[in-house]
Formats: sequence, C-alpha cells, structure tokens
Amino acid sequence: MEILEKLPTPGPKLRPWQYGAAFTFGVFFGAVLYKSEVIRWERIHAMFRFEELHMYIIIGMAIAVGIPSMWLIKRFEARTVTGDEVPIKDPPFQRGVIYGGLIFGIGWAITAACPGPIYAQIGSGAFPAVATLVGAVGGMFIYAALRPRLPH
Amino acid sequence: MDALQGSWSPWISGLLIGLMVPGLYLIVGRRFGISSSLRHIGAICAPNVKAEYIRMHNWRNHTWSLIFVGGVVIGSLVATQLFTADPLPVLPDEASSIGGVLRLAFGGLLVGFGTRYAGGCTSGHTISGISNLNPASMVATAAFFAGGLIATWGLTFLIF
Repeated sequence: MEILEKLPTPGPKLRPWQYGAAFTFGVFFGAVLYKSEVIRWERIHAMFRFEELHMYIIIGMAIAVGIPSMWLIKRFEARTVTGDEVPIKDPPFQRGVIYGGLIFGIGWAITAACPGPIYAQIGSGAFPAVATLVGAVGGMFIYAALRPRLPH
Repeated sequence: MDALQGSWSPWISGLLIGLMVPGLYLIVGRRFGISSSLRHIGAICAPNVKAEYIRMHNWRNHTWSLIFVGGVVIGSLVATQLFTADPLPVLPDEASSIGGVLRLAFGGLLVGFGTRYAGGCTSGHTISGISNLNPASMVATAAFFAGGLIATWGLTFLIF
C-alpha cells in the first residue's frame, strides 16, 4: 500500500460535493451524446464515408469552444473552485499515440463507438454495446500485459 | 420539453461538449477523458493480475471517473426516456445477432487496446488535448481518423 500512496493522483483530493458535480457532468454528457446522435452507428459511418458534416461540426465546435476556454484559463491562471491549480496533465507523445491511435480508429469504425459513446449506447438500451464494453476492458488487459514489450 | 424532442443541432451539441473541458477542470478539478475508466474497471475486476499497469494502479484515487461514466449511462437513459419521441436506431439490427455481438466485442478489444496505448480517446486526446494545443493529441487524432478510414474503406468485411 505504501507504494500505491506515492503514485501520482489525478489532482488534489475531491470534496464530497465534487463527486456529485462529476455525476452531473456525466449525465449532461450522456444526454448530449444521445440527443446529438453521436452514439448512432449511421452517424459514425457517414463521417468516415464523408457523406455528411454532422460529426465534423460536433467535434469541430467542441474544439472551437475548448481552445479559447483553455487559453483563458492559462492566460489568467484561473484556479479551480476549490482554489487549486488546474491539472492540465496532457498525455505526452510516444509511439503508441500513432500505433494505438490507428488501432483505436479501426475499432471505432467497427463498433461505431469511442469510449464515451459505449457507455451512452448501453444507457440508451442498445444492449449489444455491453459486448463492446467487455471487449474494451479486455483490450485494456491485453495492453497491460503487452505494455513492457510495446514501443513507447 | 418539446424543443428537446428531436435530434439536437450539431452546432449546439458540439458547443455543449466543448464546455465539458473547462467545466470539469474548474468545478471538479479533473481533466475531461473517458478511456482511463477502462483501466479503473479492469483494476476493480482483477486487481491481482501480474501486469504492473493494473497491479500498481490505485483506482480509488479515480472514483470520480467511474462516477462520471456512470453519469453518462444515466444521462443517455434519461434522454431516451424523458425527451425522445422516436427512439434512435443506435446500433444496426445485425448487432444483436451472435455474429454482430462477436464483431462488437472484437472492435471493442481494438478500442480498449488502442486508446490505452495512445493514452486517450476522442475525449481525452481530440477534445481535451487539442483544446490544450497538445501536439501529441493532434497526432493521435490524425491516427484515430486514419484508422477509421482504413477500416471503413479497406476492411469493409468488418463493418456493419
């Protein structure tokens, strides 16, 4: 346990109400994924077939909102509501970004789901998506087992 | 509630998804990302596997992430039940067949392996990472998309 305690955490300890906030954000995100049809397989296929702009607009708008928000946060050194530093914590570059990225992309086209939509598909009652989630946890275990031998 | 019934505009939806990034950072004090939840779930299901990636991972430090993805399930359920007149055809009918379920499980393997190897998914890299102008996330997003195009145009036997 002693070693575990020293491992990095995702940020300062959360106040109890922040767990409620995390849940609320999750509910909000799940509802948007459903109502915007991001979780619908035809939308994902239409994106990869260049048949419609729907998904491109959604992802593009999310980034168009995210970039200035983060610029403002950094520019004014904004703090979290609890007064802590904002934990930017971006994943660094390593070769897995390319190899893993390509493999994930193939899985995305097959399942029509990236990880967020897997959960939202299950919530919407599309129960075959449980197979996608089981597969995804399995894929994570395969990564965990092969990790020492994979190029990073 | 009538205005909510149909499909939401991609402009508004994208804007709302973009707000998740500063929202989670400022209010929950956490970075917006989903695929790390797969690791936490794995560490709960099998804490004693040999792989250090799981054995040395203390999921208790990340319960917020599990609560967040639990919220995603509930949010989608609420949207289906409370403000949707015609339920969406989320997955094709073939997905319910045995072959379809196996295909989803296989695709899921690639999603789980690939996102953990890449260090993030569409939320952690494409939305959070690019919002932070993280170069690795831009490369990751190009790779995600390239993989999707390879499967859609080249591996058509895998696609529903």
